[in-house]
Amino acid sequence: MDFNLSPEEEAFRQEFVPWLEGVIAEKGKIPTFKDAEALDERVAWYREMQKKLFDAGYAGITWPKEYGGRGGTLIESFILDEEIQKRAAVENFNGIGFGMAGGVILAFGTDEQKDRYIPAMLNGSEIWCQGFSEPNAGSDLAALSTRAVKDGDDYVINGQKVWTSMAQMADQCILVVRTDPDVPKHKGLSFFIIDMKTPGIDVRPLVQITGDAEFNEVYFDDMRVPRTQMLGEEGDGWKISIATLMFERYAVSQYGSFRRSIDGLFELAKNVTRNGRPAIEDPVIRQKLGQFHIEVEILKHNTMRSRSKLLKGEVPGPEGSIEKLYWSEMNKAMQEFAMELEGPYHQLMSGSKWALQDGMYQFAFLRSRGNTIEAGTSEIQKNIIGERVLGLPKDAARAAVKK
Amino acid sequence: MVDTAFTEEQDMLKRSARNFVENECPPEYVREMWENDEGITQEVWNKMAELGWMGLLVPEEYDGIGMSFQDLAVVFEEMGRVPMPGPFFSSVVLGGETIRLAGTEEQKKAVLPGIAMGETRATLALMECDPLLSPAGIESVKAEPAADGYAINGIKLFVPDAHTADYIICAARTDEGADPAKGISLFLVDSKTSGLSIELLKTMDGGRKQCEVNFENVAVPESALMGQKGEAWPIISKVADIANAALCMEMVGGMEKSLELTVDYAKTRIAFDQPIGSYQAIKHMCADMMLITESAKSVAYYAAWAVSEDTPDAPEAVSMAKAYCSDTYRKATGDCIQIMGGIGFTWEHDAHLYFKRARCNEHLFGDAAFHKDRLVTMKTSA
Repeated sequence: MDFNLSPEEEAFRQEFVPWLEGVIAEKGKIPTFKDAEALDERVAWYREMQKKLFDAGYAGITWPKEYGGRGGTLIESFILDEEIQKRAAVENFNGIGFGMAGGVILAFGTDEQKDRYIPAMLNGSEIWCQGFSEPNAGSDLAALSTRAVKDGDDYVINGQKVWTSMAQMADQCILVVRTDPDVPKHKGLSFFIIDMKTPGIDVRPLVQITGDAEFNEVYFDDMRVPRTQMLGEEGDGWKISIATLMFERYAVSQYGSFRRSIDGLFELAKNVTRNGRPAIEDPVIRQKLGQFHIEVEILKHNTMRSRSKLLKGEVPGPEGSIEKLYWSEMNKAMQEFAMELEGPYHQLMSGSKWALQDGMYQFAFLRSRGNTIEAGTSEIQKNIIGERVLGLPKDAARAAVKK
Repeated sequence: MVDTAFTEEQDMLKRSARNFVENECPPEYVREMWENDEGITQEVWNKMAELGWMGLLVPEEYDGIGMSFQDLAVVFEEMGRVPMPGPFFSSVVLGGETIRLAGTEEQKKAVLPGIAMGETRATLALMECDPLLSPAGIESVKAEPAADGYAINGIKLFVPDAHTADYIICAARTDEGADPAKGISLFLVDSKTSGLSIELLKTMDGGRKQCEVNFENVAVPESALMGQKGEAWPIISKVADIANAALCMEMVGGMEKSLELTVDYAKTRIAFDQPIGSYQAIKHMCADMMLITESAKSVAYYAAWAVSEDTPDAPEAVSMAKAYCSDTYRKATGDCIQIMGGIGFTWEHDAHLYFKRARCNEHLFGDAAFHKDRLVTMKTSA
């Protein structure tokens, strides 16, 4: 075992950090969550920053050089995410692109599809969204009913998706639809790449409990797409969707942002009082600070262990569900603790003159409630771990449906 | 690159340890040892000695193998799967490491070769009746100057395997000053010295024997003093870190085994015509158990590596591991009993061996709450 970064990995950090700090200094004020009304501005900064990363050779760390990536390692990718997040240098508005679309296009796409989409993703010019969930198909994704009907060389698509993050900003969409209603539900699905400017798409933003309108309803009304926009073959939709979610669970490490959160809580605990004393002296608060510090560090060690395995040639498997379950539940509990630590002040939102840290933890607390729902709920992750990692049998009702 | 996997040699050692514990220490043997005051048979002890495990950390100049703590750590992980009874932990880690770190040249020459060969056993007497893993906890046992050396008085509690040890290393107060960290000294005491009485405690975990050690005017020569008089605390603290890293490895081995027992049972036990593992109430508990087991491994491996390399953050790594492994081993072994139902609650089933070891290991060298607080102190005083 060797948990030290190698000289090459350390050199990568030494090279990247000054570059990043230069970019941050040059930008001056980075738009943040507080500018909820200025979502456009935040997205514009993302695109600008991504272009800078791309031009400097820091985009798509693990992706092949021929499509504009760096051809580097998962550890370098971890370092880059960590340094960006520790400084809150930019929000990643293309998590779907990097975490899902890119991975499956590289794995299942034609050379033309790779050439067309990967570089545009890496240089910040295209943001992606994901049309998976529907009003009646969430955890039970294969029950989806958006229909694609073949018509000559095209498919005509009708139906509705929901919880589609970033659809209002996105340029491209990965969409899973039903192409054959007459076979068992997992077998009749197909996977498309859709230009969001295609006629027949209607995007209606949904406001979340944070006040942000990050996600949307998306309606398809006789939308016509050519066969060449299909990823894989007709009927491959389920297989590719599952692969997509596996990539998602490995793609972006969030260690840096959680590190920032817990470091901030240590500082906060020195500055707020409890029973007339600094909270950091309260034994109960100390127990919880210790606990979350440990959990954040374990997230890093878990990530290093799984990446270390992937580096030895193993492909992403259902173990990724452990990582997703871990960080989402941890973050929910940690942000809940932030509210406890702030005491009555935790009710004050950004904009109140009494708000602590201008309401940063209020936003993080509310947003964290989505973590255990998005990209597969905790309950679904536990089913995956139980069935696909531990080999426990499916429950009788679900086993019967599958037949 | 960062490589969190074991080396090929460590994998081999792990396999050999797995074979050994499965063949030589099956559950029937472990149960017999619960009833046996020594906690191990001479035959099994000798076989472990032949495998060289007792000398892994002992430098070659004292007839050991001089390998790293990481190597010993993989052996502890496998021992945790049994869970291993007997004085291996106390003699090799508490005895051996304290002598290696604190002993004089004569003391090392006199004792380490015997420990490495399995011919000598030693342990460390640290806790007192008011148990506290900090300098202020070494309070009631005092060593005062006497003819040709010192006289030690006081009671040490929870001393692992003192009743079978040839040497008891005693942490005693030699000076009372404003700073409790000053004035603590270590003495290498022959367990046959007169005035020393040892009583085996009736403990919940019958596999790990613990004792009361009563010092009544125990006269030791000047040569029994280990290192600088009054300066022992930093060494004790370091030995505690090493001991905790070993205990954490043992705990993750036990968690892994508890998870296996639970999942096997959930696949085969039928209720309402279905295996109980098909029901989400059970399946989700198993998934949670897997998550904490893997996470405990990550942090235990990190702590083992940090201790092995003596990194500056080793004390933090150990506190993280000890806190997390204690909480999760307790949880996993409790859930194992719950999922097993009535059979898990019986003496006959092995589940309680792990459940009880979880309680024992947590309380040796600081429990979860202690280590979370220590961690916050280290983070905020840096």
